[in-house]
Amino acid sequence: MLVNKKKMAALIDSNAEQGQVKGRSQWQDAMRRFKGNKASLISVFVLAAMTLFAFLGPLLSPWDHETIDWELIGNAAEMGAPQFANGHFFGTDDLGRDMYSRVLQGTQISLMVGFVGTLVAVTVGVLYGAIAGYFGGAVDNVMMRFVDILMSIPYMFILIILFVMFGRSVYILFIGLGLFSWMDMARIVRGQTLTLKHKEFIEAAVMAGVSDFKIIVRHIVPNLLGIVVVYMSLMIPSLILLESFISFLGLGIQEPLTSWGALISDGASTIQYGTLWQLAFPLGFFVTGLFCFFFIGDGLRDAFDPKDR
Amino acid sequence: MFSFIVRRIGSSIPTMLILILISFALMRLAPGSPFSSDRGLPPEVLANLELKYGLNLPWFEQLFVYLKGIIFDFDFGPSFKYTDKSVNDILAQGFPVTLTYGIWSFVAAVAVGLPLGIVAAVRHNTKLDYAAVGFSIGAQVLPNFVMAPILVIIFTLWLNWLPGGGWNGGQWQYVVMPILALSTSYMASIARITRSSMLEVLHANFIRTAKAKGVPMRNIILRHALKPALLPVISYLGPAFVYMITGSVIIDIYFSTGGMGQFFVDAALNRDYSLLMGVTIVFGVMTIVFNTLVDITYAWLDPKIRL
Amino acid sequence: MNKTSNMNISAFTLAMVTAGAVMSGATIAANHPVTGEKLASDQTFTYRLPDGIATLDPQLVATVEGSAIVRDLFEGLLNQDELGKIVPGVAQRFDFSEDKKTYTFHLRKSNWSNGDPVTAHDFVYAWQRAVDPATASPYVWYMEMMGIKNGKAILNEGMDPKELGVEAVDDYTFKVTLDAPIPYFPSMVTRATTFPTHRATVEKFGDEWTRPENIVSNGAFKLTDWTLKEKNVRERNTEYWNNRETILDKVTALVIDDENQALLRYKAGDLDKTEIPAGQYGSLKKSNPTEAYSFPRLCNYYYGFNLSDNGPEAFKDVRVRKALAYALDRNVIVKNVLKGGELPAYTFTPTATLGFKAPYIDYAKWPQKQRDAEAIKLLSEAGYSKSNPLKFEMLYNTSESHKKVATVISQMWKQKLGVQAVLVNQEWKTFLDSRTKQAFELTRGAFCGAYNEASAFLDLATSKANYNYGKWSNEEVDRLMEDAKTSADPNANYTRVETLMREEMPVIPVYFYAGTYMIQDSLKGWPTENIQQITYSRDFYKTAE
Repeated sequence: MLVNKKKMAALIDSNAEQGQVKGRSQWQDAMRRFKGNKASLISVFVLAAMTLFAFLGPLLSPWDHETIDWELIGNAAEMGAPQFANGHFFGTDDLGRDMYSRVLQGTQISLMVGFVGTLVAVTVGVLYGAIAGYFGGAVDNVMMRFVDILMSIPYMFILIILFVMFGRSVYILFIGLGLFSWMDMARIVRGQTLTLKHKEFIEAAVMAGVSDFKIIVRHIVPNLLGIVVVYMSLMIPSLILLESFISFLGLGIQEPLTSWGALISDGASTIQYGTLWQLAFPLGFFVTGLFCFFFIGDGLRDAFDPKDR
Repeated sequence: MFSFIVRRIGSSIPTMLILILISFALMRLAPGSPFSSDRGLPPEVLANLELKYGLNLPWFEQLFVYLKGIIFDFDFGPSFKYTDKSVNDILAQGFPVTLTYGIWSFVAAVAVGLPLGIVAAVRHNTKLDYAAVGFSIGAQVLPNFVMAPILVIIFTLWLNWLPGGGWNGGQWQYVVMPILALSTSYMASIARITRSSMLEVLHANFIRTAKAKGVPMRNIILRHALKPALLPVISYLGPAFVYMITGSVIIDIYFSTGGMGQFFVDAALNRDYSLLMGVTIVFGVMTIVFNTLVDITYAWLDPKIRL
Repeated sequence: MNKTSNMNISAFTLAMVTAGAVMSGATIAANHPVTGEKLASDQTFTYRLPDGIATLDPQLVATVEGSAIVRDLFEGLLNQDELGKIVPGVAQRFDFSEDKKTYTFHLRKSNWSNGDPVTAHDFVYAWQRAVDPATASPYVWYMEMMGIKNGKAILNEGMDPKELGVEAVDDYTFKVTLDAPIPYFPSMVTRATTFPTHRATVEKFGDEWTRPENIVSNGAFKLTDWTLKEKNVRERNTEYWNNRETILDKVTALVIDDENQALLRYKAGDLDKTEIPAGQYGSLKKSNPTEAYSFPRLCNYYYGFNLSDNGPEAFKDVRVRKALAYALDRNVIVKNVLKGGELPAYTFTPTATLGFKAPYIDYAKWPQKQRDAEAIKLLSEAGYSKSNPLKFEMLYNTSESHKKVATVISQMWKQKLGVQAVLVNQEWKTFLDSRTKQAFELTRGAFCGAYNEASAFLDLATSKANYNYGKWSNEEVDRLMEDAKTSADPNANYTRVETLMREEMPVIPVYFYAGTYMIQDSLKGWPTENIQQITYSRDFYKTAE
């Protein structure tokens, strides 16, 4: 993914140096540093507010995301502009559906795609990387060669074929996006695991006869959380962007559900017909959301990497 | 160096094979056939079509014949949808187009993004810096399918400076808007990465020493700071280029450039097996070549890395 | 880059200068020979093409856009005029036997673009080629429908294509023998599939014969540039027999995938003609009243029930089918969603079809309120209610306007009847696959008449039609359609079939398509009255502003 590799590398070094013993204080330090970063902190609040709004906001509107206002259908340009009188706070789309509810519904979906997709990617990436790193040797070699190969595949194309094949559903989106984004994570985690493996507490666990799987899940994975958190904050916005691209191609979410990408794509196509609110509101949410994610990502990265500044 | 390249070529062969296998399998598993239509075809006609395209053979034989054609005759077979053209024809038409605006977009992204990032880092926390950061995040999140129609409204409808689409053999008027639409967000990413890595380098001890010695700022940046600061940028360029090529679908759709991106989506939708495979293979090779180039550049800049 | 771009600039200016010189030279004597309108100096017609053309081989071409280009490049036995009536093409006249089973076409002396004469042998070759399974034409069904002697046997039983009932009596006399008299046969030879092809060229170049550097054609224009997904350019063919009446010098089709982008470029003056995106006709008609056109087309749009064994049990109840058909407010669809002059449909065959007389459809005359009340009643009789809602999937293929229509219909049913219609959209090929395998519940469908007769639509209702995806079958319909082929008054049968379809409601007719175009004021001669939209670029011309 589009993550700054050098920074990630620096972060990995620092994380490895600090290691297990200072684990708790590392988190505390990071949080302290993060709180000092104004832009990131504000972003957290904005994003939290947006998420809350996305789920609670629909309660404020008399309209839901799919019900057609038969008074307005087909008259978006003349009568569909945002107004409070008829309850369409963000105006309506061409079919007389309420943009306010649709934007909030799209926000839910897009945030979910970002989070769940990232969760899938991180789960696969962490387990894969941890297994490869922990077992080492031939297993590691084969597994990482496979990652190398996958990484030089223009996966967007495979993704398009997948969407064409399986039709559309939210689950395909989650899984499709997630499954094609775990490779970087796997690499980083493997590197980390290699260094962790020789720490005393792991060796002690091995001596005590704890099973390999347990060691990976109980002892190695928890120690990778710092990187994982940073990485997630960077991956979420990139998945949201990816989803918007897929939606533009008409391969995204199924109507009447919608997403930021689908709404923006629709809005952009009617840009010349005097219904700018159809583009402006979803684009506003989209841009604000992504700004927040970027700032939070930057903040977390800096917070976990004390060498910077 | 030489052995690195040889190794790279060696490892790219299994990569390509896996890529071909995956896309071949996915395509064949997809519901629908290249010959299906509203009315359907009589069985005799269908049988003839299958014979013509070799679809009557078992799948492994199809794959073998296909690979043999590519390796020995450099023949990607006939297109299923564009019956008057072969995949080689279509690639010969689309590849130069995509490559032309792809490379120019890439050059534009680097040529603007890099200086912007450096200036922002050097003038850290000034208005210039804020402007650069604002621009780069803004540009990064503005989808190019929003930007493309806006560009056409401004440059074609209002100003009447540029044609709203087409390629015309790559005349400059036709290439400007595709490059603008494609490069902006990468320009922004490059600026952001450059800025942050430059900032980091500028805080490093060796730079402080140089400053203390009274070396002029200009020299510090160009002679000492630039090279290490470029490393993360370089490693971003590989994926960036691949992303650009992927994003070319939108450019092709909006600006009717006749490039490869749209052929790919179109081939997937129409089950044009051979065209789809052809485009995938060309893009796969491009990805590998470009990643290799990036690695070589990286090694050249960073003496710690041995190829 | 600098060097090349400079060169391009100078080449560009040079081209401008020469073009200017030619223009000023040509403006002297440029008035339309008949109407006397002042003609534009640049006679180039530029229009939007939504997608790359798959093939320009007359026998293979299957799309509307591709056929229009083929009609520019080639000329068949007969043409259509601006009203859709048959006029001479390569054939100056034709006559038929008493039993209407033998048609004789008398060809004029005309040339291919390379100077070779166009003869009856070229037609024999082309027709045999179209039927030959080895050609594998996707339009072979059309040749089958023409009912030429031995056509079916060649296609299905491996008979030699040379046995087809066509014959070159001499170089300029072409004779066709039919299995049965088909009243609309002459109008069928205006279709590209029946156009002549130049045998030597086809045999020499194989699949590559249609490329600009290879192609030999006999139409008013010849192909000069064909870049897939970018453009297709045709220029005046001086060998065409009626070349002196052709006014346009050049026809350029620019491929523009996105219809909104195309409209922008039309507004910027890049295009002379483009399609109007769904829902925009009304406002464009207001802002550009002389440029926005809407006219009926020979196409229907419907939703079909899956009545096969795979279909849902609920749809086997005719009351459910009727309820859904009644509650669908077609006026909202055509007036508020599409807004392009489409007509609400209550029959499967478009009412504008030649000779077709629609039966009396009672519910078409009811006000929507009455239809809704009836629908609620029927549905509750069938056992569905708010507590036991009818639920099914509604399939459509990916497209902006299909999406809009489906969304609105599903909301109508939901709000009026409490029916839960779940939208499912699929890409075209997947969609076809689902329909062919009866893997759907309710599906969108649309059909354009390949010829102007009701059977072009109603054949779809027969149980043997392989594109009868819903698998509705009715013996009386089958018999009526079979009889219609030889009947003196087939239209009575068609009316009866429509009545049966109204009673059984195997499909819900939604609307009849309208063509909505933007055409610049300077472009004249567009046949807006031709319901099949059979156009010939040689009929167009551009006037000076």
